[in-house]
Amino acid sequence: MTDTTAGPTTGAPTHPAPGSTPCTTSDATSAPTPDSAADAATAAAGPEGPDPLLALTDLQVSYATRRGVVHAVRGASLTVPAGRTVALVGESGSGKSSAGLAVLGLLPDGTGPVRGSIRLAGRELVGLPDRVLRGIRGREIGFIPQDPRASLNPVQRVGTQVAEVLRIHRLSRGRAETERRVRELLGEAGLPDPGRTAEQFPHELSGGMCQRVLIAIALAGRPRLLIADEPTSALDVTVQRRILDHLAEVTRQAGTGLLLITHDLAVAAERADLVAVMSQGRIVETGPSADVIGAPRHPYTRELVAAAPSLTAPPAAATAPAAGPLLTVENLRRVFRARPAPAGRREAASPAGRGRITAVDGVSFTLARGGSLGIVGESGSGKSTLANLLLRLDRPDAGRIVLDGVDLATVPPARLRRLRRNIQPVFQDSYGSLDPAFTVAEAIAEPLRAFGVRKRARAERVAELLDLVRLPAATAGRRPAELSGGQRQRVSIARALALTPRLLVLDEPVSALDVSVQARILTLLAELRAELGLGYVFISHDLAVIRQVCDLVLVMRRGRAVEQGRVTEVFARPQHPYTRELLAAVPGRPPTPARSLT
Amino acid sequence: MTRYVLVRLGNGLFVLWAALTVSFMVLHLVPGDAVTVMLRGRGGEGSSVDPAAADALRAQLGLDRPLYAQYLDFVWGAVRLDFGTSFATGDEVSAVLGRSLPPTLELAAAALLLTLVAGVAAAVTASLLPSAPLRSAVWSVTVAGGAVPSFWTGIILLQVFSFRLGWFPAFGEGDLSRLVLPAFALALPGIGTLTQVLGRSLRTALADPYVRTARAKGASRLRATTVHALRNAAIPAMTLFGMMVGGIVAGAVITETVFSRPGLGTLTAKAIDTHDFPVIRALVFLVGALYVLINLAVDLVYPKVDPRIVLRSA
Amino acid sequence: MSVTTAPPGGAPQDHRQHQDDRDHRERDREQGRSRAGRRLRRLAGRPGLLLAVLYLALVLGWTVAPGLFAGQDPLHTDPAQSLVAPGSEHWFGTDNLGRDVYARVVHGARVSLVAGLLAVGLALLAGSVLGALAGYLTGWLDHLLMRVVEVLVVIPGLLLSLTVVSILGFGTTHVAIAVGIAGIPGFARVARAEVLRIRGSAYVQAAVAGGNRTPAILVRHILPNASPPVLVLAALDIGGAVLSISALSFLGYGAAPPAPELGAMVSEGRDYMTTAWWLTTFPGLTIALVVLATSRVARALERTGVSS
Repeated sequence: MTDTTAGPTTGAPTHPAPGSTPCTTSDATSAPTPDSAADAATAAAGPEGPDPLLALTDLQVSYATRRGVVHAVRGASLTVPAGRTVALVGESGSGKSSAGLAVLGLLPDGTGPVRGSIRLAGRELVGLPDRVLRGIRGREIGFIPQDPRASLNPVQRVGTQVAEVLRIHRLSRGRAETERRVRELLGEAGLPDPGRTAEQFPHELSGGMCQRVLIAIALAGRPRLLIADEPTSALDVTVQRRILDHLAEVTRQAGTGLLLITHDLAVAAERADLVAVMSQGRIVETGPSADVIGAPRHPYTRELVAAAPSLTAPPAAATAPAAGPLLTVENLRRVFRARPAPAGRREAASPAGRGRITAVDGVSFTLARGGSLGIVGESGSGKSTLANLLLRLDRPDAGRIVLDGVDLATVPPARLRRLRRNIQPVFQDSYGSLDPAFTVAEAIAEPLRAFGVRKRARAERVAELLDLVRLPAATAGRRPAELSGGQRQRVSIARALALTPRLLVLDEPVSALDVSVQARILTLLAELRAELGLGYVFISHDLAVIRQVCDLVLVMRRGRAVEQGRVTEVFARPQHPYTRELLAAVPGRPPTPARSLT
Repeated sequence: MTRYVLVRLGNGLFVLWAALTVSFMVLHLVPGDAVTVMLRGRGGEGSSVDPAAADALRAQLGLDRPLYAQYLDFVWGAVRLDFGTSFATGDEVSAVLGRSLPPTLELAAAALLLTLVAGVAAAVTASLLPSAPLRSAVWSVTVAGGAVPSFWTGIILLQVFSFRLGWFPAFGEGDLSRLVLPAFALALPGIGTLTQVLGRSLRTALADPYVRTARAKGASRLRATTVHALRNAAIPAMTLFGMMVGGIVAGAVITETVFSRPGLGTLTAKAIDTHDFPVIRALVFLVGALYVLINLAVDLVYPKVDPRIVLRSA
Repeated sequence: MSVTTAPPGGAPQDHRQHQDDRDHRERDREQGRSRAGRRLRRLAGRPGLLLAVLYLALVLGWTVAPGLFAGQDPLHTDPAQSLVAPGSEHWFGTDNLGRDVYARVVHGARVSLVAGLLAVGLALLAGSVLGALAGYLTGWLDHLLMRVVEVLVVIPGLLLSLTVVSILGFGTTHVAIAVGIAGIPGFARVARAEVLRIRGSAYVQAAVAGGNRTPAILVRHILPNASPPVLVLAALDIGGAVLSISALSFLGYGAAPPAPELGAMVSEGRDYMTTAWWLTTFPGLTIALVVLATSRVARALERTGVSS
């Protein structure tokens, strides 16, 4: 813990000048900048005088679980100056969300009393009764939650939900005025047709539109402070960029302070004036974004920075170009009929309605022996359907999947079963892809058993495989629930390798993992590929990860392959406009023209 | 919408027809035949059956005709809501049902209303209670409510409120005060189940992110629960409520026996005692039809409660 | 319970959040090592569950060796001792014929419990086979089987049981069969839903990709994972079955008069409601406690058994 509360004057808040200067969390080392004195006047213009907008001092939050107390936040101190953006960065379980919710007084039931101090413009919030806090929430502090679709009430019209803030805080009089304000607020949040949107239900909107509605709700009371908890992590990268741009714009215009809680260092670096890094309930480092991320001092921050995949790190080693083809896919096509209701009468409305959806639309590619192909695309682009087709867990409607000279699309079932040993899957959901009733050893041995390997040989092979994926031998007897997410993913990889396949199909294998765990799994995958001469089809929404692991890339959009080629070439000179948009949207890249408001 | 209702009604008719056919067939698959069962039923388990009397009765009830003819007659009758004459009394079954229906409807309506009000109130209160021990106390009470045999509750209620305290009259039908105890006895198990189902889905809903959004707007706990969570939690409770209607009518068998009230329940008990199959079949048809209609009504309300639900006749 | 909550709309899951929860659970798991020791300690910490287990053990004792618990003959009449209030001689008092109510409750509980288990066993077997077949076969057979289930659902359980009893004839075994038949739809639905859920899981997909044959997947993945929820439902259903059986016995469709049966005892005691409260109170209380205790234990099983 490096920081204490802000001293009264030094490093006083300035008007937002992105990426610029000073500091606030009065980290003892951060010196006041030359222009701070001049800015101090503007910043301190409010009646609160020298008090920062938000000051957390030695905040402690603990949860009572059935078997003891978990300390989520153990003494965190942090300040947000008026009108500035502070990013609170940490991995899952670091306590960053708990800290944010503590400010709102919305910690879940079962949380012990909050200790320490939370001051909003000098006013102590800790210990205030809920009745008083209700007047502050929505009015002085706005909240933008994590999962936009789930964070709107599914059974209420959007307009009603925005109007609720105005009603609760009596910010508008009469129905007509409320409706007008709602339309204004939705318009300000960047929704193109506010009148129509107000009449719609959340399920009729896209994720990005839902997040804009939530922004409208958060800003409806004209709060001085916004707390955004992972506001874009459930959204596609291009949408993320637009939402963050918009948020920056509105906070700058209104002079709103923003506490941006995120796991994504790149987002923090790009969007915040100041960064606070949180680990195991403590804030380990704070300072201006450029300093913290450019020259991290705390070992944890250093590890975090090193683990984050980036578009500037050296790309994956290319394979020997001379190798022959391992997998050739030609004109692959899969059409789904919009499904009738499964058990009879109830069904969620699908936006596509009735009719046919072409999930994979004439995709072709060739992968050399030992090569690694990245398939990238946003949600709904058909990349997971493609994975299921390659694995022949699903049958293509047209096209060929030629693996080692045999077309998997047409091969008879018995032969297909034998051929499966050459192509193995690793799925995203490490929890769901292991049978909860199986031990690790049983899970890894399962494909061996299916191919008639004897018990003794199976046990030896399992030991070998555990070693290969760098898991201790003692893991063999454990069950999936006793392992961490990273360990479970290693088990899935071991199982996939059991039959010495030539090709692994990896469907978002690291996207549910924390960055540091993700980095270790990616390293493992790179090593395995070199050791065993494996080919990879690597599906991901994350361009930086693809760049790190693959030598070829295929960009998918609405079931079609819009661009493919060598990673180095596609990333440096994208041809298709969609590829360009995707690349531009990746946070942490040098600013490009695409950053302007769209 | 109209199409959906028609398809659902068609489905319901099919299910009703199947239920009736099964009840018709089963009757003829019983070892011996209906008449023997009836005569034996009247005379007690061990008594012998006089063949001549059996033949006479058979001819009188039309049971000596070929099976298909009986079946066609039966189905044609059901279509016209004519279920023949009671084996036991010789009265028109439809007339018997018509007489017994109103008191039971009155009782069932009172019990359902009570279930709804008490169940929703208990579930909401339980989820609003600030302390975990209090919450689990309310929870235990509702579980206990569902565990107590309804015939026993009826008797305990009578003992305490009629005989000991004299607050309510004990038996019979008539004014509203005579409805209170039976309605409560009939409703109690349902209140327990409804509170648990609604309470559980309310708890799930309260953990949903949109509730946090509402609280972050400045909404109170009460408002977040009643305005936001309750409507989202309502669907499972509605499904249960639809299914409970049939259960309450069946439960009337016990409650009406305990409280000596006339109605469908006592009629059912009597019909089973006397092996009065036409009456039993008509009762199956009536309750089945009620079930189909109530559930259709519930389904039609779903989209009003949750706009994501699309009625689709697949 | 066959209430299904349809989760409409596909809200994108936040995996990170889930990861978080799981990490907590893992940490929790680390703390206690020995399973048996942990279970005992947990039981001691939950007095309600402990009481339920003890009470069920007692009723099980009554069932296995009623003579050991009740010294008196439940059928022995003694007109001189009729309608004696509960006391040290007769714990639960005596009835109008001077029979010891405690002895009758002990023997009656045995009848109810055995009948309840029989009913649930029947429903479990028939229902889960039907449901699992429907879930596994899909297509028109699934459709047909579920229609059959629907026909059973349309008729409320008690009415269905009554109809079956009227066909089979009176008697405890017939009553148990009737209640069992009424329980089939619930099991069929749960079994079908479980099989469908597990069929779609990622680990079954991985098993297919790993070259497993269909029977192997069925035996090794689907059955072991589908069974716990179905078994929990069976445990939960025992209470309901005991209730239904005693209700039918109350209506007079169970065993013939002199034999002790809890429901019938309550019915007989009705005539003495004003003078001898113990005739109805003790048998009724015994039933209520059996139902409560089984549901309490079943719930505990549901929480611990299924997740591990």
